Amino acid sequence: MARAVSTRRKWIATAAAWVVALVIFFPIFYMVVTSLKTEPEAIAGISLIPSGTFENYVEVQTQRDYFKPFLNSVIISLGSTLIALLIAIPAAWSMGFSPTRRTKDILMWMLSTKMMPAVGVLVPMFLIFRDTGLLDTRIGLTVVLTLINLPIVVWMLYTYFREIPGEILEAARMDGATLMGEIVYVLTPMAVPGIASTMLLNIILAWNEAFWSIRLSAANAAPLTAFIASFSSPQGLFWAKLSAASTLAIAPILIMGWFSQRQLVRGLTFGAVK
Amino acid sequence: MATRQTRTLARLMMAPAVVLLLIWMIVPLSMTIWYSFQNYNMLNPAMRGFAGFFNYVYFYTDPAFYQAIINTLFIVVGVLFITIVGGIALALLLDQPIFGQGIVRILVISPFFVMPPVAALIWKNMIMHPGYGVLADVSRFLGLQPVDWFAQYPLTSVIIIVAWQWLPFATLILLTALQSLDEEQKEAAEMDGANFANRFWYLTLPHLARAITVVILIQTIFLLAVYAEILVTTNGGPGYATTNLAFLIYRTALLSYDVGGASAGGVIAVVLANIVAIFLMRAVGRNLDR
Amino acid sequence: MKLRSALLGACSVVALSGTALAETITIATVNNGDMIRMQRLAEDFTAKHPDIELQWVTLEENVLRERVTTDIAASGGQYDVMTIGNYEVPIWAKQGWLLELNGLGDDYDVDDLLPAIRGGLSVDGKLYAAPFYGESAMIMYRTDLFEGSGLEMPESPTWEFIGEAARKIKADNPDVNGICLRGKAGWGENMAFITALVNSYGGRWFDENWQPQFDQPEWKNAFQFYVDLMNDAGPSGASSNGFNENLTLFQQGKCAMWMDATVAASFVSNPEDSTVADKVGYAIFPDTGNGNHGHWLWSWNLAVPASSAKADAAQTFIAWATNKAYTELVAEKEGWANVPPGTRTSLYENEAYKEAAPFAEPTLAAMNAADITNPSVKPVPYTGGQFVAIPEFQGLGTTVGQLFSAALAGQMSVDDALAQAQNVATREMTRSGYIK
Repeated sequence: MARAVSTRRKWIATAAAWVVALVIFFPIFYMVVTSLKTEPEAIAGISLIPSGTFENYVEVQTQRDYFKPFLNSVIISLGSTLIALLIAIPAAWSMGFSPTRRTKDILMWMLSTKMMPAVGVLVPMFLIFRDTGLLDTRIGLTVVLTLINLPIVVWMLYTYFREIPGEILEAARMDGATLMGEIVYVLTPMAVPGIASTMLLNIILAWNEAFWSIRLSAANAAPLTAFIASFSSPQGLFWAKLSAASTLAIAPILIMGWFSQRQLVRGLTFGAVK
Repeated sequence: MATRQTRTLARLMMAPAVVLLLIWMIVPLSMTIWYSFQNYNMLNPAMRGFAGFFNYVYFYTDPAFYQAIINTLFIVVGVLFITIVGGIALALLLDQPIFGQGIVRILVISPFFVMPPVAALIWKNMIMHPGYGVLADVSRFLGLQPVDWFAQYPLTSVIIIVAWQWLPFATLILLTALQSLDEEQKEAAEMDGANFANRFWYLTLPHLARAITVVILIQTIFLLAVYAEILVTTNGGPGYATTNLAFLIYRTALLSYDVGGASAGGVIAVVLANIVAIFLMRAVGRNLDR
Repeated sequence: MKLRSALLGACSVVALSGTALAETITIATVNNGDMIRMQRLAEDFTAKHPDIELQWVTLEENVLRERVTTDIAASGGQYDVMTIGNYEVPIWAKQGWLLELNGLGDDYDVDDLLPAIRGGLSVDGKLYAAPFYGESAMIMYRTDLFEGSGLEMPESPTWEFIGEAARKIKADNPDVNGICLRGKAGWGENMAFITALVNSYGGRWFDENWQPQFDQPEWKNAFQFYVDLMNDAGPSGASSNGFNENLTLFQQGKCAMWMDATVAASFVSNPEDSTVADKVGYAIFPDTGNGNHGHWLWSWNLAVPASSAKADAAQTFIAWATNKAYTELVAEKEGWANVPPGTRTSLYENEAYKEAAPFAEPTLAAMNAADITNPSVKPVPYTGGQFVAIPEFQGLGTTVGQLFSAALAGQMSVDDALAQAQNVATREMTRSGYIK
């Protein structure tokens, strides 16, 4: 009896979840479908079965080489994430293991640096970049994205480290472990999931950052966000081509997200779980 | 308890992050404050000079200013409401044993990976377009007049698009929190004969309180700065219907090239954001300390 | 410099700097069809000039404008060739931000440039940008629908006639919109059309003392006419329709008339994209019997910013892209109909072009009718046809455009929109020191 109810409940939940999931995913799905249509088909009304042409992708590629902005996106998002982690891990570590009364204030202050509206500081930033020769360089964009996402990284790591019980350290110390040994053998394995998910979240945020990455780059450092800007709203409605370019721009991060979904979720608590 | 040595070590470990963020905050902020007192239009470099509080007055008296503040709040509150209510519902649903859980979860989190301009373009062109959009096709199929979303419900449309992007984030955090809820507690409550509503209200929701504050805090930071979606879809219009503070600053900075005015707007936005932040952090601080 | 070297050291793993022997020039351009074609054909240039390498930054119009404007105003020096409109050229040239184009070569026939276009790109007789393509505005209409409703397009139609025709065709053909016009907010979108419309109604943006004129009857008449006409005979969702949306509507046979940029003619008459290619007629932009046909004049031009360190190579490129030889190259590779229009007199004397492009003559007529120094029948303190060539216009035009688009969407009355526009414009003009 109870079993029958639970199976029925499972089916109902399954149906509901699938419907909701498909609705949420539909815009992305429809974008991919549209990218496989011809231009007249793309505006001919709803149809989920495209004629299956890859012409749009070929055209997008001939009009603007995909590889360079793709490489820039990879370098900038990975680079900024790694640097942010290097800076944030020690900070979060000390906040997590020897918190003071001011730790929380420092964290909140760090987050508040993100509240400056980017467009309000564009001109000052542009001038700084011009004078330091960082305009249109990957280094410049990497630095900016590192700083933009640093507060989130510190916070996420801090909340994760805080959950690691201090007793384990003491036990290890009792066993005669050195500080190095403590870090390498005891803490790191416990911290890896948190670091991994922080890294993933940060890569996503850096990949999708569309203000600075468009405005501080020209030809050399332009990432995929700028790639999109070279296809949106030209003369005429080229939705199929635009969809192909959009698909190309989000595909790498989407696929990475799908594969690392479990790792991403595991650490994505921001201290919300006790 | 900490010895002086470990305290020094702790400070040293924090130093790089703190110093970098301090520079990152102070340099642009002080430049912005400096420019906010200057007459400086990039297209008219001859007219430079000290402006006093004129830029502030000018920005504050912009006919769009009040509506921009209200729109900013509407966007933040509207998106938070949708993502939290929707996120809780989705989290409850995904917490159930269902077939194909992995795939469902992948589908649900996907919008989070889409960059804002692309999301806005998809919704504007392919979903909400009154002539060729999917929604228009559906209404025509049902024999209804297609809705011209960006003309009739501009702010709602922007909120829907932004909420779609942030729903996965809220869902994920809430789901993780939900899964940490003690099975035993749940079962005990079930044994006691508590119905779903009671269990939700007295057990689940309090347990989610921390997760909800986290969602509010993180999303608010990003939502205050929403402008790409507006730029792509409505350009702030019709009228000032979708002009929020970030877009108003954008218009001043990158259409009028009025650096002084945009800087004043930036300073006003920072002040307002910090007022919001103080409220938020009180709430979050309380909730996170528990 | 110290900061830079420190950063270089720290991030040398990330840094991948390219070094090339040839001189590399960076070209910022718009993602319109003609420019994409230029990019495709640039092999011809690099073959002729192996010592110059080209690097392209192709962006959609608004993003491009933001970026090049920031760059030139702050002397960022990121670009060697910029694609800019005839709105920017005189403003920037007066600031000394553009280099005079005096190295275009002997075979560059400057006198062949259309006088209206050349005038808009020159300051004190010096040429600061070379036109890549130019456009005016005209009526594109469906000859079959006009015939079906027993109408005939006059030589020089008035707005009154257009209004009647649009409503009649809409009544006769419920599936077709009598007229399609821009409604999407933006200084280069709905305000381009509305400004030209008001010009032809005898109105103007500012009087000689820079007082905004939205409270004058010309604006009220013109704008009321536009809103009424669009409500009666325009497409649904018109307040989000720009050039692109109207182009698609027209190509799909959903518009009986469309008044917009002349470049659209080559798209609507191209049977590959357009279902109505063989049924399109052209006529001059309407007036109100006063002989003012709106004075719409736009050109996309190539210019060299003063901050460029490679000005010679940049001019060499510009000479290639805007010379007669380029026109012939396009004609040879892609056919005469795809040649960038509206810049040179010689093109309109070319029989092959006239045969391939049935819209050649109306286009030329429209361009010759445009006089951006006297856009209105009343005196004005500014130049510009469908825009006002002052730096403040981008911001002001967009704000006013938002108000007008709200009136079109029915969220605001015509009177309110005009009153608010007057208020906003007075405020902005006072602030910028025009109104003393």
